[in-house]
Parts: sequence; C-alpha cells; structure tokens
Amino acid sequence: MSVVTLTINDELVSAQAEQTLLEAIREQGIDLPTLCHMDGLSDKGGCRLCMVEMTNNNNRLVPACVTKVQEGQSIRTESDKLTNYRKMIIELLLSERNHICAVCVMNGHCELQNLAAHLGVNHVRYEYVVPDLPMDASHERFVQDHNRCILCMRCVRVCHEVEGAHNWDVMGRGVNSLVIADLNKPWGSSRSCTGCGKCVQVCPTGALSKKGSTVAEMVKHHDFLGWIMNGREKNIWEYR
Amino acid sequence: MTRTVIIDPVTRIEGHAKISIHLDDAGKVTDTRFHVTEFRGFEKFCVGRSFWEMPGITARICGICPVSHLMASAKAGDAILGVKIPPTAEKLRRIMNWGQIIQSHALSFFHLSSPDLIMGMDSEPAQRNIMGLIQQDSELARKGIRLRQFGQDVIRILGGKSIHPAWTVPGGVREPLSVQNRDRIATMLSETSSWIDTAFDVLYDAHEKFQGEVGNYGEFPSLFAGLVGPDGELEHYDGQWRVVNSEGKRLEEGIAPERYRDVIGEAVEPWSYLKFPYYKPLGYANGAGMYRVGPLARLNVCDFAGTRRANRALHEFRRIMKQAKPVSNTFYYHYARLIEILFCLEKIEETINDPIIVDTHVRSQANVNQLVGIGVSEAPRGTLFHEYHIDEQGIIKEVNLVIATGQNNLAMNKTVHQIAQAYVDGTKLTEGMLNRVEHGIRMYDPCLSCSTHAVGQMPLHIQLFSPDGEVLDELVQGK
Repeated sequence: MSVVTLTINDELVSAQAEQTLLEAIREQGIDLPTLCHMDGLSDKGGCRLCMVEMTNNNNRLVPACVTKVQEGQSIRTESDKLTNYRKMIIELLLSERNHICAVCVMNGHCELQNLAAHLGVNHVRYEYVVPDLPMDASHERFVQDHNRCILCMRCVRVCHEVEGAHNWDVMGRGVNSLVIADLNKPWGSSRSCTGCGKCVQVCPTGALSKKGSTVAEMVKHHDFLGWIMNGREKNIWEYR
Repeated sequence: MTRTVIIDPVTRIEGHAKISIHLDDAGKVTDTRFHVTEFRGFEKFCVGRSFWEMPGITARICGICPVSHLMASAKAGDAILGVKIPPTAEKLRRIMNWGQIIQSHALSFFHLSSPDLIMGMDSEPAQRNIMGLIQQDSELARKGIRLRQFGQDVIRILGGKSIHPAWTVPGGVREPLSVQNRDRIATMLSETSSWIDTAFDVLYDAHEKFQGEVGNYGEFPSLFAGLVGPDGELEHYDGQWRVVNSEGKRLEEGIAPERYRDVIGEAVEPWSYLKFPYYKPLGYANGAGMYRVGPLARLNVCDFAGTRRANRALHEFRRIMKQAKPVSNTFYYHYARLIEILFCLEKIEETINDPIIVDTHVRSQANVNQLVGIGVSEAPRGTLFHEYHIDEQGIIKEVNLVIATGQNNLAMNKTVHQIAQAYVDGTKLTEGMLNRVEHGIRMYDPCLSCSTHAVGQMPLHIQLFSPDGEVLDELVQGK
C-alpha cells in the first residue's frame, strides 16, 4: 500500500494513500469536530463540521471526511474562519428544529449539545424556524422525534449498510427533509424494520430513543458498530 | 374624579403581577384587581410530546416548586401506565415532596414576608428585603436561609439537583436512596429544630405587633379545600380531596383526584392570564364558589396532623377560632406554613428511619394502559392537578393543569380589596399603604412563574389616572 506525505498544521506527516484526510488528521491526535461521520459507516460529507483549509490551494475549504489524502497536500485544521464556520453550522442546526436540551431525553449525552458547548456556541444568531413536527411513538420499543433530528443520516446508513434492512430513507428537500420509515409509514407499521435498534444507538441526538426514556436518561453506545465491522470485515470477534 | 392606582410589579412574590386600585371622587377604594401579567402556554405546547417527558417539561413551570409538578405529572404518568409504584418509590417521592414544602415555605416566610413582619409594613423599602434582614439580624436570617437549604439539600440528595430534578418518573423514581445519603439526611435533620423554633418566635411576635392587620388582612368566609389521608390526616402527596365551608361543614368528602372536574369549574377573566377556578356546585357568580387552598386550607380540612409536635401545634392553631370553625383569616397562612414545616421535618425523620427506604426496587415497568391520566399533589401553595389525554402511542393530545395559585385567585382578589379598603386613602397615598396591599398577595405565597425579583430594590410603580386615561401623578421607586 503506497504512502503519501502531506503537511497538517505545518507538520510533515505520512499517511496511507487510501486514507481520508479525517483519518490522517485524527491519527495525529488532532481533534476535528464531526457529526455525520461515524467510524464503521460510509461518509457522506453532510454536516460540513470537518471542513479544513487547503493552504496549498488558496485556503480552499474541503470536508475532511470525504477528501482523500494527496501527496504534497498542505492543510490547516484550525483558524478563526474555520471556528466561525463551525459555530455557524451548529447555530443553523439548532435554529432549524426544536432542540430543547433541558427537557430532551439526551440532555447531557447529546453530540450536538456537546459540540455546541465545545465550540463555545452560547447563543444562536439566526431566527428559530420552530417547525411543527410530530413524534412517532408507534414502534413497540423506540421513539422517533423529528424535532431533534439534524439529518446526519447515520440511521439511514447503519440500517442500509450494517443491518441490511434499509428501513430508513429521507423525504423532502433542504430543511424540510424528514427521515421516514418504509416510504413514510408509521415506524411501528414498517415491515422492513427488524427492531435491532442500531439506528437508535448511532443517532447523535434525541431524534431516536428508547421508549420510556425520560429527560436526560438516554445514553447511547456506539462500540457495537466496531465489533460488528471488525468481525465482518476482518474476522476479529473481540468486543473492545 | 375617579382614579386608578396601579402597583406594577408586585414585588417579593414568585412571578409577575400587578394590582390596580380604583378610587372614587373622595379617594375611597371602589374596586381592586390582581392581574397576572405573564403568559406561559404549557397546556398548549405540551401537545404532541410524549407523556414520559411530561415531568421534565412541566417541572419547568416553576423554579421554586418544580417538585410539585414532578409529583403530579409522574402520578398522572403512573395512571397512564396503570401501575402501582414500588412502596419505596412512594416513600422517596414523599420525602422529596416534604423537602420541597420545607424549602418553599421557608422561602416564603423568611425571604419574602419576614422583612414586612420584622421591620414593619411602613419601613424603608430599600431595606425591607432579605438583604436588609441580614444587616439587621444576621443570625435570624441565617437560620431562615439554612432551613430553606435543608429542604433544597433533601431534594438534591434524592434527585441529583435541587431545581428541576428529573428523578420522579412515570412508574416510580429513577434512583434509589443509598445508605450513605440516608444518613446524610438524618445528620442534617438534627440541626433543624432550633431553626423552626426561631421561625415560630418571629411569627408570635408578628401576631402581637400586627393585631390590627390580622383583623383586616383577608378576613372573610370562604370554602377551603385540600387533600386528606385515609384517616383524615394532613396529607401532601396522595389521598382524597375534601371541601369544607366557613362553618366547618364538609361539602365534599372523599373526592378521588380523577373526579376533580366534577367539583372544580374554571372561569376566565379578560384582565388576567390566571384562570379563576371555583367550586362548581355553588357557581362562579358573586364569588359564591370561592375556595382557598394551601397551608391554611390544609390545616382547616384535615382532622389531625399525624405527627407529635405538629399535632400539638395544630391544636394551638385551632384555638384562634371559637366554636371549632375553620381559621378564616388569611394572615394565618404564615402560621399554617410554619406548622407544615414542622410536620414535614417530623415526617422526613419518621420515613428515613423505615428500613425499606433504602430498597433498590424503585421503578415499575409498563407501557400505555390508560388513555387518560390524572395526577394530584399538594404543592406548597395548594392542590395541584395534572390531567393528560394521550393517544395509544403515549403522545399528548390534551393537557389541563389546575395550579394551586389559580385556585386562590378569587380569594387573593378579595384579600387585596379588603386591605385596600382598610388602608389605602387616595387623598394621601404612601408607599407603606401599597406595601400592605402587596403583603396581602404575599400571604398566599403565589407562584406565578419561576422567578423572584431582584432583592435590594423596590421597583414599585404607582400611577394615578384620570377617567380619560391621563396620568395625573406618578411615583417610581427603585429604578
């Protein structure tokens, strides 16, 4: 496997040619915020939080999760401009739906909330859209709450790529998009859903939760995904 | 020329309100109104949410008494699940509820009302608050603050935090009480005795000092309503509703919480966001169905308290009225509040000594079994009802909340009117006169939302209007 050399934050580093920039950056121990990315799932470059500046190309912004490393590439992971953009992204996400952290089942464990705190988002500069969105509690074990959804599509990908059921899809366009079950049926009546709960565990917010969860009670565990993928792809069946 | 005096905002209460006093040509009071000027909208925006979330959401109605909403909401959730919660969970909920009543009553008595009682109704407004009290008598203020702290600490130990703990849930509670935490509560309890004794000393002095006010501060007949236990004892968590009239006759006995709509009607007036509940059989017209809830009402409806010292205190309390009638004077809400603190301290002590209290089975599991859930609890300010209608998935379709303060709305208006008539002279308005009117509201300790006003200021705003709306005179303080 060939190796390329690139510059990350003024440090020369080497990476494997097939790696993404995100993988190479994280291998260096550098923290880069992400929301739609999840180890074990394909990348889609949706949330744009992992944008980095290509300093050898007019500081052009590229999403690190879907950009492959290249020989001679020079990138920067932190700048005032990047921080500002990342904060704007979080603020836009918060303004699009009804993210009422104080009464959310994921309060204190939410990736969106944690990132907002990490990036110093202490207010939202945009007008809240306040959409009137329903909850779907028709499933026997789980609840879907569109109000908390950030359209990261981890649920769509894990169901299609790992479980193989493809229960979830996306309906509509832009901010009006909704994650739907079985071509827009109540989740409980979906015939494709196996009830495995993988979508619930990978969801970064309170959009998908276990039924009966009360405020701040939902905690999600992602490590099952690494276990399944290592077993399936590398035949390593070791729960770590 | 008729005039209107506006007290806006009413200070040292929980929430936002104003009082208008209408004067005739001679400066005499003709009409008064207590307006609640904030709108919350919980009954509307909870629609579409899951009933599992309701304790967490409705606790946000108030930062002072979130526990009351947690109790009523979780009990409505229990009813939807159709479960009997584990006995330990019920006892733990009761302990938190008693802790809540202690902290809220201590806040009302020491932080909000005692400046009037100790410094006088006409004292310097800039000093007439808890900070002024600390300067004047730091030891007394410290005891008041510590008593409230005890209640807050009990809530914090059980629920993880003192404000909006999401610990009470449909089916029980989320975490059991550890042996260490039980012992912490027991240790803290041992200190509280002298604090409550001090509170009673302040109260007895106030009764001596304000003999005139005692007779004019909301002295009128009304109905009284509250929960009582199975044997007629003082009850704050469960039980059945009892209504008595001013003669002590029981009009209702054994009303199960889910039947509250049979006896409570809710009227609306265009000049206030607070609804006007009334006792349905007597009607709304002319205040016939006016009833009072809260500490005074609870002591009036129960047969006995149920703990040693509180029983004795209740016996003394009832000597106020001859012929064994209910105590009808609103000023004695303060007295009733202190007796309830004493009762709650004794009940906490009794309950934490029950070995079952550290049992770890504290949550019953179930799903939606009923489509309507009604929960009731006695909040510090009176009976609180939560009623939820859900679909088969547990999504809320309709919410009705009957808040204690609302049930005192008619009585608060009457109290304000009586005090204004006795003390407000339109020909020479003083701040002290208007403070008496405000104190009339403070006696009910109304909880109009989640916030109290900043201390150290008296943002009193009085305006005199001519009939055509022209401002004739204006007095603004503390700004």
